Amino acid sequence: MTDHELMWRIAGGSGDGIASTSQNFAKALMRAGLHVFTHRHYPSRIRGGHTYTEVRAKPEPVRSRGDGFNCLLALGDSFARNPQEDAYYGDEEVKPLAENLDELNEGGVIVYDTGLLDSDDIPNFEQRVEENNWHVYPLNLREIARDHGREVMRNTAGVGATAALLGIDLQYFEELMAESMPEKILEPNIEILHYTHDLVEEEFEFTHDLQVPEGSHDEEQVLLSGSDTIAYGALDEGCRFIAGYPMTPWTEVFTIMSQALPEVGGISEQVEDEIAAAALAMGASHAGVKSMSGSSGGGFALMSEPLGLAEMSETPVVLVEAMRAGPSTGLPTKPEQADLEHVLYTSQGDSNRVVLAPGTVAEAYEQSRLAFQLAYGYNIPVILLYDQKLGGELMNVPASHFDREPNPDLGAVTTEEELEDAPHGPGGKFHRYRYDAEDGVSPRSIPGQKGGHFLVTGNEHNPAGHIDEDPTNRVTQMERRMSKLDGVREFLDDKNTQTHMGPEEADYGLITFGSQQGTVREAVDRLNEAGHSVKGIGVSDMMPYPVEEMTAFLESVDEALVVEMNASGQFRGLTQKELGRFGDKLSSLLKYNGEPFEPAEIVAGFEASIEGQDVPDQQTTYVPAAGD
Amino acid sequence: MSAFSAIGEEREIDREEFTPTLEPQATWCPGCGDFGVLKALKQAMPEIGRNPDEVLLVTGIGCSGKLNSYFESYGYHSIHGRSLPISRAAKLANPELEVIAAGGDGDGYGIGGNHFMHTARENHDMTYIVFNNEIFGLTKGQTSPTSPKGHKSKTQPHGSAKDPVRPLSLALTSGASYIARTAAVNPNQAKEILVEAMQHDGFAHVDFLTQCPTWNKDARQYVPYTDINEADEYEHDPTDRDAAAAMASEAEQALYEGEVLTGRFYVDSDRPSYSEEKQAIGEMPEEPLAERYFDDDYEWERTHDLLLDRHK
Ligand SMILES: Cc1ncc(C[n+]2csc(CCOP(=O)(O)OP(=O)(O)O)c2C)c(N)n1
Ligand code: SF4
Ligand SMILES: [Mg+2]
Repeated sequence: MTDHELMWRIAGGSGDGIASTSQNFAKALMRAGLHVFTHRHYPSRIRGGHTYTEVRAKPEPVRSRGDGFNCLLALGDSFARNPQEDAYYGDEEVKPLAENLDELNEGGVIVYDTGLLDSDDIPNFEQRVEENNWHVYPLNLREIARDHGREVMRNTAGVGATAALLGIDLQYFEELMAESMPEKILEPNIEILHYTHDLVEEEFEFTHDLQVPEGSHDEEQVLLSGSDTIAYGALDEGCRFIAGYPMTPWTEVFTIMSQALPEVGGISEQVEDEIAAAALAMGASHAGVKSMSGSSGGGFALMSEPLGLAEMSETPVVLVEAMRAGPSTGLPTKPEQADLEHVLYTSQGDSNRVVLAPGTVAEAYEQSRLAFQLAYGYNIPVILLYDQKLGGELMNVPASHFDREPNPDLGAVTTEEELEDAPHGPGGKFHRYRYDAEDGVSPRSIPGQKGGHFLVTGNEHNPAGHIDEDPTNRVTQMERRMSKLDGVREFLDDKNTQTHMGPEEADYGLITFGSQQGTVREAVDRLNEAGHSVKGIGVSDMMPYPVEEMTAFLESVDEALVVEMNASGQFRGLTQKELGRFGDKLSSLLKYNGEPFEPAEIVAGFEASIEGQDVPDQQTTYVPAAGD
Repeated sequence: MSAFSAIGEEREIDREEFTPTLEPQATWCPGCGDFGVLKALKQAMPEIGRNPDEVLLVTGIGCSGKLNSYFESYGYHSIHGRSLPISRAAKLANPELEVIAAGGDGDGYGIGGNHFMHTARENHDMTYIVFNNEIFGLTKGQTSPTSPKGHKSKTQPHGSAKDPVRPLSLALTSGASYIARTAAVNPNQAKEILVEAMQHDGFAHVDFLTQCPTWNKDARQYVPYTDINEADEYEHDPTDRDAAAAMASEAEQALYEGEVLTGRFYVDSDRPSYSEEKQAIGEMPEEPLAERYFDDDYEWERTHDLLLDRHK
């Protein structure tokens, strides 16, 4: 077997250090010149429960997880509570080996820790190995680690073994360890790394062909997650205040910001609940500081009422929503895209907000910046919608992507000088909510500015902010506020926030939003290679919707398949609602089992859809177009 | 140079500056205690030397929430129960502002109760006025968290089976560093207490008894009242925490027995404010953050320089 890409999966229990080991592994390969992409899977538990991370690496850009994987490092769940076959959740101890075999590709490589895993416990192991032509390298990683350091260093032993089998230069791991480990544990780790590496080379006759591919980068790369880039985008826009309450997976952005803000003289507040969190961000913003808050589904639900107040009072704020599978507590650590309608419409009254859904780690940085530009430029709340997948996946991005000027501009605000000539009402209230504002954007004054005082209220109000129920005032103010979205639409049109994939002309379209973009891109490429005529679009602007661009896209194809991670086809519904037609052209490919799409699932779903057949995989669902 | 020249402006301040010249005229019912809060607040302002452009008055929803409609200053009439998280963040963003939050007993002790507890715990340097009329005024007379046990209303036809919230004790256990109760019928004390509360460097909670003649007809007008710091029978020392706990408890009970005990229950001038605490651990800048956005010379940090190395 001669794969030109590596899909390495490290599996163990929660608490076994899978995340940090895989992060270093990905970084090592990035430094070695490869493009990398990680996909993580973990249960909602602190200790125990089967968890894995996949690192996909190849010489060309990688934008998605692969189909299955080709190298397994199974460590054994050292926190398994009840290692018995008839236990309620099954024998957790052997899961890192047992549960990963179904997705291991033919000809794949297996390294497992005989210190905890016994292949006799895995039904039909020998037979499956033979049938699938797997290459198995059992090693007592635990013992090696214990003999040369401490048992917890077995991950290092596993990496050493992998490196030997795949031909990865140990130098990259050594450097990474030296950068992150204190002297005391560095030495034994290095020793274990080399010892296992050499042991594997001596002890085993290699029967596999899989080797790490060679590659090189023409410019410096950095390895980041979507959570990193959302936070960095905020910081580069001069966001210096965050308020939040922990909830997976939003906690990552909150954590990154909370660690960075004190270093740049900003403020982070962990508060009593998400209602408070959103309200604090608004209070700080009102007082003149660029601010954000965020949460995941349940916490975001609590923010509904403050969000409506932000719309009505035109208090700029950026809220991020990190989706996880719902309803309710759902699958707390698994991705889904089922909060789209929630963030579009939650809170009473007509929605008057911007919702952006970045598709990749790099886009998340740009759109996080755009979110602040729009919020402060238009005095409107902006929601950055992403999910557990995008938030947690690591990807290499050129470092130069982040080499941009900071933008602390507070947007549509007055200066004290401007306030001197600005219209005021009787009693001296500044006309904060002017009827005749350009593009509907009436600049705000900041408390403390001389001549700037006015009233903010969630009630309908007149130019000075006073409660006013006069019908003409009502219509004028409603229309002014709603018209801001027209300006936002124009602003976004200049920024090319939608991502087009594949050829310009094609018979079929694949449409997706948010984090599935990279996977759809890979599917588009494969379909074209297989002789289909397909182009794709990854949509980021949820509100205001890119009506012209999507109309053109849909007019140019015969049929289109909408790929999204939810059960009710929310983005397809939005598309039909916004465009008012195309119901007969749009079909859906849905997935809501807690795992993101694999490219092959989209390929298969597409092929089934054009042939009018059922989708072969029971983990995805096909919903035909109206009238079919 | 500050971008906020209203702050700290040295000039005589007239209480009429806080009165809207024409409209809106207060829409409260005749005899409503809310007028007393408005008046006391306007009187207190010149004494603390603050002008309308450096005051941020954040209110909740209720008859009480209309306070900033009739008071000239920066105002934020927010949503039910949420005046505290909005106002305390504004104070963090610009500590030089005079920040006041206000709302009803339902607003502050019911729907916003969680924020009350946490804002007090954190000891933000701000004043919180609760218009305590022991009723939901704006929604037409339902039983509120401070209504007495047995209180009958349209939504509690058989009388409330609940003991009322004890606002002063709650403030004390939560960590408020200034706790007082006053009454609309007691304008001089009310003004003095508001002055002290605003001058206090920490979270000042004022439980302001405001009669609601419309929905709480059988309730007292909160007269006669006794000043616990002055009356011979109490001579309460508000710096004594244990005494404050006992006094708060007694006053809460007494109110339901027809006796109105007002004054300063607790004053702790030594406890650092939240901003001071945060600054001490390096989590808040010394200069008001809000100024930075108007400072053309400020060198804004870039993540490219600051944070990217760890990803290489
Ligand atoms: C979330 C929410 N729930 C309910 C209401 C309706 N509401 C408005 S004011 C109020 C209670 C008012 O009582 P209180 O806070 O004591 O203020 P008062 O009118 O007595 O001054 C209620 C329940 C609301 N505006 N928002
Ligand atoms: S209903 Fe009661 S609280 Fe409201 S304005 Fe009338 S008297 Fe005042
Ligand atoms: Mg009330």
